[in-house]
Amino acid sequence: MTTVKELGTYAQNTWCPGCGNFGILNSIKKVLSDLQDQGLDLNKLVLASGIGCHAKIVDYVKVNSFYSIHGRVPPPITGIKLANPDLVVIGHAGDGDAYGEGIEHLIFSAKRNINVTFIVHNNRVYGLTTGQFTPTSPAGFIGRSTPRGSPEEPLNPIELMLSAGAGFVARGFAGKPKHLQLLIKAGIEHQGFAFIDVLQPCFTFYNTYDFYNQKVYELTDGEYDSSDREAAFARAGEWAYGEGERIPIGIFYKVRRPTYDEKLLKGRIPVKLKPGNIRSILEKHI
Amino acid sequence: MKEISILIGGKAGDGIRQAGHTLARLLNRIGYRIFFYDDYPSLIRGGHNFSIIRASKKKIQAHKEKVDLIVALNQDAVDKHRHRLNSGGIILYDSEKVEAQGVGVDFVGIVKELEGVPIMRNTAAIGALAGILDIEWSVLEGVIKDTIEKEVDLNIKIAQSAYNSIEKVWLSVPKLNQKMLPLISGNEAIALGAVQAGLNMYIAYPMTPASAILHYLAEHEDDLGVVTIHPESEIGVALMALGAAYAGAKAMVGTSGGGFALMTEALSLSGQGEFPIVFVMVQRPGPSTGVPTYTMQSDLSFAINSGHGEFLKVVLAPGNVEEAFYLTGLAMNLAWKFQIPCFVLSDKHLSESIFSFDADPDKVKPEDPLLWDGQGEYKRYLDTQNGISPLAFPGNSEAIVKVTSYEHDEYGITTEESEQIVRMQQKRLRKKKTIEDELSKHEQVKVYGNLESKTVLLCWGSTKGACIEVAEELGLKVVQPLVLEPLPINSLKKVLSDADKIIDVEVNATGQLAKLLSAHGICIDDMILRFDGRPFTVDFLLEKVKEVLS
Repeated sequence: MTTVKELGTYAQNTWCPGCGNFGILNSIKKVLSDLQDQGLDLNKLVLASGIGCHAKIVDYVKVNSFYSIHGRVPPPITGIKLANPDLVVIGHAGDGDAYGEGIEHLIFSAKRNINVTFIVHNNRVYGLTTGQFTPTSPAGFIGRSTPRGSPEEPLNPIELMLSAGAGFVARGFAGKPKHLQLLIKAGIEHQGFAFIDVLQPCFTFYNTYDFYNQKVYELTDGEYDSSDREAAFARAGEWAYGEGERIPIGIFYKVRRPTYDEKLLKGRIPVKLKPGNIRSILEKHI
Repeated sequence: MKEISILIGGKAGDGIRQAGHTLARLLNRIGYRIFFYDDYPSLIRGGHNFSIIRASKKKIQAHKEKVDLIVALNQDAVDKHRHRLNSGGIILYDSEKVEAQGVGVDFVGIVKELEGVPIMRNTAAIGALAGILDIEWSVLEGVIKDTIEKEVDLNIKIAQSAYNSIEKVWLSVPKLNQKMLPLISGNEAIALGAVQAGLNMYIAYPMTPASAILHYLAEHEDDLGVVTIHPESEIGVALMALGAAYAGAKAMVGTSGGGFALMTEALSLSGQGEFPIVFVMVQRPGPSTGVPTYTMQSDLSFAINSGHGEFLKVVLAPGNVEEAFYLTGLAMNLAWKFQIPCFVLSDKHLSESIFSFDADPDKVKPEDPLLWDGQGEYKRYLDTQNGISPLAFPGNSEAIVKVTSYEHDEYGITTEESEQIVRMQQKRLRKKKTIEDELSKHEQVKVYGNLESKTVLLCWGSTKGACIEVAEELGLKVVQPLVLEPLPINSLKKVLSDADKIIDVEVNATGQLAKLLSAHGICIDDMILRFDGRPFTVDFLLEKVKEVLS
């Protein structure tokens, strides 16, 4: 069995001290180690990432990985899952990736219900390009491309994913790793597209630790019914990624639906398919 | 009779292409070799569509401007094409809808009398045509049974009524004693070549004139053992294919120039990450939307220079269905052997025209890529003597497979160290020698016509068909490179070394092949360029070549 420590690599970690990405990295490693204890073959696991600070995560975990390009995490993980549905696939993306450059792919992943887990490291600022506003930065955000404040309202990705038809919609906080681990584990175990928006402070360009620590609260079983889509929209609307008093974290919505891979492949495994006989097809062309 | 050309014209929605298909099959079944050109505007109803079906005793791969017969389902078919008739040519027309001199048959009346629907006028037209050409009724009946999916009996009745209405043989087309060949389009040949080389997944977003590859593979998924996917955009298409390739599936994507423009970031990722992938690019007139349903060869420079950064690729340019079949198979095998992007560069004229297909399917086989032997620790980007690193796939071995868009070390972990950057770029580029050695085992440059001639028609892709016939007529030589990147410059220089006059023939406005060869020191004397969206026909090109030579 691989321990959490053994899941690390020799790559030098270049995140800033205090970066929210550490909370996500440690959580994913812990979840993978736990799942392995429960029988998951880590050879069947693939991690993917886009471009940005979040994306370095694949260099730091000793598992199969696909380090993609900006915005383009959903298409390759869809291709991986469809080529070999026996694989367990987890995509990581930044908020610029998922909600900016590649938003079309995110919406289609939810619409199709491809059976992968998708974790957004949402620090609401471009870190690696040194501090510009993102699709989830609050209105008026002062960054290097908007020195007089962002003229745009933020996007609410929870509402977006509910509207797009995602069957698993959750929000976590990098500052609450135990809770985040539960969400990631539930996401991986969910059959279908599992979307997790993780609030992740950027220590250097947008330090939101205090803000989130004061405002987040957990949606708990018993008090909250995650199968109720109306209730999910109501909770999603509680905070619009700007100011606000209460920020719910937890599983907003969860429902099992047939997945894209199930419907499209109907039991076929493309990597094991044998080509058919073209001679009989050609005869029909005479 | 050595050959016959027939034009069928009507408005979109009249079933012109379907009628053309039936006619092509009819002539195929009496032993003729076929070339079928389809001309249609970018709309669903109205406008003017026409098909030209040329049938010959010998193999042909081009059509002519002039025709022996016009089948007119509307007035435009007569008014727009009357000038094409050879002397002694005949017009067969719907006497209810069209005014013309020739053989008038009341297609509308026949369809009404037998209670058919208006589109069945095309069946009546084919029935009458078979009568005019003196083709046995049983042959036509067999073709209708095999090709028409709905209302077969009704269509047979309509065809027979029209067939019987012809009282005189106008133009007898004798049966030939030749074996029948499958009739397939360039797009179908591309699809089948890929399948023969082991295609697992075809991923594409609809774009004319490449869409038929997707349609054909989707329709025959189960028979061909292929999974087809139609994603959200060409960006999604190309990235999905890279994910599939990473997982070990042989994937191909197809599009035209505009769609490929969106795929270029994925192309560069395939260069950096060493992903095997085949891009099929079916050209049409640009720039931008251009003229969507017509033909052009204007993306040669784009294809060979596409992608940011420096990396290897192979670009193959088939000119007929046999080449489309073999070269797509070759592209698939090269992509996996060398872990590089490979291109099949087609155009509307090749992809949507239908040819008699005379290839040996067994000549294309899936070739095994270099696989990891399972010894020691796996390094996805192991630095080897020829630059090729053994492949492993997630899930089916102990290997940890890390692929990346970043410059990386042998394990696939990001690096910014100067020695590593140089080492890995050299590793990737080192494959060039092995790729060229492999390509040299295949025919890279074709030569036709009078091999002794010092006057050469230089062409690539679908232009070859017209060039070969013109060269045969005038005693000239034809040179056609099949590989455009890496350019087989030594082979080209060899076949062009004793040429006094090289005439470059291309369907574009700037002579892209001529430019490419000039950059390698081959001097082009003249250019014949056509860029109105129409392909070169044999007779049109013959006149142009004569002008250049006079």
